[in-house]
Amino acid sequence: MNNIVVLPLILPIMLGVLLVFLRPYVKTQRVISLLTMAAIAVVSMIMLGRIQEDGIMRIDFGGWKPPFGILFVADSFAVLLVLTTSIVTAICLLYAFSSIGEKRENMFFYPFVLLLVAGVNGSFLTGDIFNLFVCFEVMLLASYVLITLGGEKAQLRESLKYVLINVLASWFFLVALAYLYGTLGTLNMAHLAERVAEAGQDPILTTIALLFLVVFALKAGLLLFFWLPGSYSVPPTVVAALFGALLTKVGIYALFRMFTLIFIHQPEVTHLLINGMAGVTIFAGCLGALAYKDVRQIVAYNVVIAVGFVLIGLGVSTEAALQGAIYYLMHDMIAKAMLFLLAGTMIYLTGEKRFDKMSGLIRNYPMFGWMFFIVMVSLAGIPPLSGFVGKVLIGQGLIETSSYVLLALAFISSVVVLYSLLRIFLNAIFGETIISIEDEKPLPKGMLAPIVLFAICTIALGFGAEGLSSYVSDAANTLANPSIYIDAVLSGK
Amino acid sequence: METLMILLIGVLIAVATYLILSKNLIRVILGTAVLSHAVHLLILTIAGVKKGNVPLLKEADAPYTDALPQALILTAIVISFAVTAFVLVLAYRTYQSNGIDDLDGLRGPENE
Repeated sequence: MNNIVVLPLILPIMLGVLLVFLRPYVKTQRVISLLTMAAIAVVSMIMLGRIQEDGIMRIDFGGWKPPFGILFVADSFAVLLVLTTSIVTAICLLYAFSSIGEKRENMFFYPFVLLLVAGVNGSFLTGDIFNLFVCFEVMLLASYVLITLGGEKAQLRESLKYVLINVLASWFFLVALAYLYGTLGTLNMAHLAERVAEAGQDPILTTIALLFLVVFALKAGLLLFFWLPGSYSVPPTVVAALFGALLTKVGIYALFRMFTLIFIHQPEVTHLLINGMAGVTIFAGCLGALAYKDVRQIVAYNVVIAVGFVLIGLGVSTEAALQGAIYYLMHDMIAKAMLFLLAGTMIYLTGEKRFDKMSGLIRNYPMFGWMFFIVMVSLAGIPPLSGFVGKVLIGQGLIETSSYVLLALAFISSVVVLYSLLRIFLNAIFGETIISIEDEKPLPKGMLAPIVLFAICTIALGFGAEGLSSYVSDAANTLANPSIYIDAVLSGK
Repeated sequence: METLMILLIGVLIAVATYLILSKNLIRVILGTAVLSHAVHLLILTIAGVKKGNVPLLKEADAPYTDALPQALILTAIVISFAVTAFVLVLAYRTYQSNGIDDLDGLRGPENE
C-alpha cells in the first residue's frame, strides 16, 4: 500500500477544484485550504518515517511496471521538500487571511494556491521526466494566475514578461525532452540514469544535459535570473512570499535530480559549469542586493544569492555539501517566505517602498522589529538559527574539494546578505520614529502571527537540526549514490 | 520524410524567432504558438515516423510503431493551448489597463 505517495498531489488538486464551486463561501475556503496543507504535512511526516524503515517508496500508476508507466517516487529529499512546502504554504495562507483582501479571495485565490502546491509537490515526487514537465506546467499556470490576480497596472506589465519567459523556458524543456527521448528511448528517470551509465555520457548526451541545465537554470534563477526581481516585486505580499519560497526551489530540485542521478558522468563539464554559474549568480545577486533602496528589490536579490549558494552544494557534490544544500534549501524556503512577509508588512505599515523613507518602526511595533532581526541573523547564518547548519556543511564540502575561490565567494555573500538587511534594519527599524501616534496604523494580529510562526520555524530548524539529521543524511546518501534510487525504482518489487 | 519534416521544423522555428523578436505583443504570442508547433513536430520526428504497424496487440503484427511520442505531443498540445489562451487574455487585459500593446512601452518603473 504505497498509495499515500500520491496524496500530496491529489489532495490539493481535488480540493482546489472543489473550492472553485464554493466561491461565495470564503470562510469555508480558508478552512479547507488550511486543513489541506496540514493534512499534507502529516502525510509527508508519515512518509518520512516509512522511508526510514523500508527505503524509497514508489507508486506505479495503473499498475504499469517501470520503466513503462508513469510513477511517483518518494525519497527523503523529495519528501522533506514536500513537508517544508506544506508548512510554508500553511503559514502563508494564515497571512493571506488578513491581508489578501476580499477582491482576490472572491476571485479564486485559494483554489489557485492549492493548485500551485499540487504542481510543486508533483514536481518533487515524480519519477518520470515528462511528468516533471507536466507538473511544472501545472505549477506555472497556477503561478501565472496568482501573479496577475488583482490586475493592477504594474502587475499586468511584469506578469506578461514572467509568463513569456516561462513559456520560452518550457519550450526549451520540451526540446530537451525530445532529444533525450530520441537518444535514449525512455523517460523514466531511473531508467534514463541506467541507460546513460551503460552507454556512457557521450558528447550528444552532455549537450542535452546542458540544454536541461539552461531550462532549469531559467526556472531556478541560476544565472538567468533577469526576470526574477521584476516579477517577484509586483504581486501581493503573500503571493510574492509563496513564489520566493517555492518556485525557484522547484527549479533547484530539478537541477539536483538531473545532475545527481542522470548526468553524473561528465562532472568536469556539467558540474564545473554549475559551479561557475552559481558563483556568478552569487556575485550578481550581491550587487543587486546592495544597489537598490526598494525593500522588495533587495529581498528579491536575496533570493538570487540563495539560489547560487545552494547550487554550489550541487556543483561540488560531496555528501557533506549535499547535506548542507538540503538543510539550506529547507532553511531558505522558511526564511525567504518570512523575509517577503516582513518586507510586505513594512510597505503596508508605512506606505513607502524605499527603506530610507521609513524609520523607527521598532518603537511603534517592537515585536515586528525583533522578527526582522531574527530573519536577518538567520539568513546571515549565525548559530543557532537555521541558516548555520547548511552554510557550515556546504563550506565543509567546498574545503574537501579545495574550491577555495567559491568558498570565499559563498561566505563573503553571507556578509553581503547581512549588510543588505542590516541597512534596512538600521534605517527602517531602528532610528527615530517618524510615525506619530495618531497616524500609526495598527498591525493586525493576523499579519504578525504568521511572521512569528516563521520565526519559530527557523529557530526550531536551527535547534532541531540534529533531530532531522537522520532524514537529511538519508536524503544526501540517496543523492550521492544514485544506485539506491535506481534499484528502488527498477528492482520491480 | 524525416528530412522534410526537420526542414519544416527549421522553417517554423525561424518564423517563430522572427515573430518573438518583434515588439508587437500579438506577434510575440503568435511566435510562441508557432514555436510550440515546431517542438511537437520535433518530438514526432525524432522518435521516428511510422516504423511499424499500429500498436494494437492481437489486431496487428509486430513490429509496432512507438505510440508514446503521440501521447507526449497530445499532452504538450493541451498545455500549449491553455497557456496560449491565457497569454492572449493577459495581453488583452494589459492592453486595456496600460493602453499599450508594444513591449517597448512595458519596460518598467520609469513609465509608471
